[in-house]
Amino acid sequence: MAAAPPAAVELRALSKRFGGVLANADVHLRVAAGTIHGIVGENGAGKSTAMKLLLGLLRPDSGEIFVHGQPCIWASPAAAMARGLGMVHQHFMLAGAYSALDNILLGAEPVRGGMINRRQARTRLELLRQQYGLPVDWDSPVERLPVGVQQRIEILKLLYRDANILILDEPTAVLTPRETAELFANLRRLRNEGKTILLITHKLKEVMAITDQVTVFRAGRVTGERVTANTNPTELARLMVGRDVVLNLAVAPAKPQVGVALEAADLHLAGPAVGGRTRLAQVSLQVRPGEIVGIAGVEGNGQSELLQALLHPRDPRCRTSGTVRCLGQDVTHWEAGRIRELGVALVPEDRHREGLLLERPLRENFLLGWQRRSPFSRGGFLRPSALTSAAAAAVEEYDVRPADLGLAVGRLSGGNQQKLIFAREFQERPRLVIAAQPTRGVDVGAIEFIHRRLVRARDEGAGVLLVSFEIEEILALADRILVLYEGRITAEFARGEVSEAELGLKMGGS
Amino acid sequence: MLIQLIGSTFRVSTPLVFAMLGGLASERAGVVNLALEGMMLFGALGAAVGTLATHSPWLGALCGLGSGVLLAAVYGLVVLRWRANQVVAGMGINMLALGLTPEFCKMLYDQTGRTPAIPLAEHFQAAPMYGAWIGVALAWFVLRFTRPGLWLGFAGEHPGALDAAGISVTRVRWLAVLASGALAGLGGAALSTFSSSFFSRDMAGGRGYMALAALIFGKWRPLPAALACLLFGFTDALQDRLQGVVVWGREPIPVQFIQILPYVVTILVLAGFVGQSRAPKALGVPFERD
Repeated sequence: MAAAPPAAVELRALSKRFGGVLANADVHLRVAAGTIHGIVGENGAGKSTAMKLLLGLLRPDSGEIFVHGQPCIWASPAAAMARGLGMVHQHFMLAGAYSALDNILLGAEPVRGGMINRRQARTRLELLRQQYGLPVDWDSPVERLPVGVQQRIEILKLLYRDANILILDEPTAVLTPRETAELFANLRRLRNEGKTILLITHKLKEVMAITDQVTVFRAGRVTGERVTANTNPTELARLMVGRDVVLNLAVAPAKPQVGVALEAADLHLAGPAVGGRTRLAQVSLQVRPGEIVGIAGVEGNGQSELLQALLHPRDPRCRTSGTVRCLGQDVTHWEAGRIRELGVALVPEDRHREGLLLERPLRENFLLGWQRRSPFSRGGFLRPSALTSAAAAAVEEYDVRPADLGLAVGRLSGGNQQKLIFAREFQERPRLVIAAQPTRGVDVGAIEFIHRRLVRARDEGAGVLLVSFEIEEILALADRILVLYEGRITAEFARGEVSEAELGLKMGGS
Repeated sequence: MLIQLIGSTFRVSTPLVFAMLGGLASERAGVVNLALEGMMLFGALGAAVGTLATHSPWLGALCGLGSGVLLAAVYGLVVLRWRANQVVAGMGINMLALGLTPEFCKMLYDQTGRTPAIPLAEHFQAAPMYGAWIGVALAWFVLRFTRPGLWLGFAGEHPGALDAAGISVTRVRWLAVLASGALAGLGGAALSTFSSSFFSRDMAGGRGYMALAALIFGKWRPLPAALACLLFGFTDALQDRLQGVVVWGREPIPVQFIQILPYVVTILVLAGFVGQSRAPKALGVPFERD
């Protein structure tokens, strides 16, 4: 690459400090125009800070920013926007009650005679839609559109403003595999039309699949810059975490014991679901002690319903017929709390809603679900000293960082929040583990830890039900795989019996 | 009889409609506004004083508008600058207005709790009534077809999106709260220079809260909320007619029972319909960029 043209984006020696924390230290980043550039790193590695500096949302303490070779000192985010920079946020910036059209033209409305000229905007958007192949129903309220389309609206928002450098923050976190494939096809088309794309992600598979180059962040610094074709996930993971990481844990086959840890027979949940599919029908499954049973499937095929039916069988909103047996008891008419006390550890699918109280400190979150049990409770009163010592020991054992029991849990990274949940749920050896999306939004380093912990629980004799949208996770951990499609179990495989491609097809309903 | 009742319904609804529009401006932008009551009181006093001083109800109404804006500025300072809890701050503003307005009367006219009467020739005949409904149409138009309306709505539904589009959420909300004060001030002006011809202590009598109830009942949309105001206005007009009417026996129904009618209807309406109403998503949540 002799006499390279000016890079679309160049950060030189950028530093930013928050209080005592160096969020970005001497960051160099060079993104060639017309490429897809991956920005990877664990949570808190400084990716977001670097992007905020680039977008003018923060000001650097030192260092320089160049866009298409021009030095830039942003007076405001609007100035960065005017230079053609734009970002698709992880949590979409869309007002659900407003139409796609209004969401797109917000802040860039063509006005004629005091009124918004929606017709003119529509004409322009039709052109963009054709050029980039991004179909959207302009008049539908955004909240009625699928997530994949909402993301398309976010991209169109940037294109409508003539952005030529698009930053996407964890764009696949909310997408189904199929929507992800569509997104990637769209990103390639955008690149071929001359746009420059920065893709922030922690999914190494995606980096390998779509980027041209990749920059790795760790602890506020850039630890590596690679041409994607010349690197591999193992090397990237090492640059991210700073040590060797086992990406695909080799798991020894299970030695399941006789007996049943969890058994569901002919579970049904009647009622309308999205797209008219059944919510749950004829679901029967069995988990033996000492094995991991994986539920594979694309999001929205009944996973949430199945979990709710297993945990709240007596609630008619969760189960309309069928039985649930748990550790030798018929628990169909039991309350969730009583079921949990049999020795059931739960890693809920949405830890923010069901697993943690984000505004409360670590100490109290560690107590959730155990508040009536000894040693934390005596004579109807809590025993803070017992709680503090148990929580401190568990936080240390599970390496939750920072290990500050008084810190609000919302301040922890996703991986550390999940480790705290594991610390809480595994404080007594569980006999049944229900783990839903255990590594969603969790760093590479913590993923390995979580996988090891689940396998250890299995080897100690617990039955493990693993519900996951990640095919690799299911293939690596599960001793038996059940495919959930449109509320029914449509296939079953033993470990090693099915390839990733075949399982993917089954998950898609073929 | 019926014609008269309809006529008086529109008359007594007028202050309510203005206050409702004030609530609409602020709440659609995501700021809860219980302070409407206090802004109406300020507006009522301001308009009475202005009219007495200038002998023009139009200039008086302008004073009422200004007084409302003044109090709204205080409210904005508390909830937008200092991010206080909006419900608590709103109640505080109302108590402040309830106590201050009679005190001002005392200082200006040396009368306790009220202003002198405005001469008949100097107060409004019908203009505020038409003004209120022109305001409703205008609000509908602005929210639907103009840029300020779109920004206002986004400030209440998803302030983050507005911010990401390069527009200051705080500025939009400030303007919304000040507009709210102006409209509630006009509502107060209608009370003192149109519905009656003086200012008296606590003359808003809960109309600020009723305007909020109408807003909720009308799902934060101008026309349905205005119709809800008419409903409350109707019960108010009805109670006026029912006073002294003998329904059974020889004694008329005690006046206190009749006077609670509008409030009872408000409660029933809210209890019956509030569950189906959808508030702006970010209502009451101070904006913070993450």
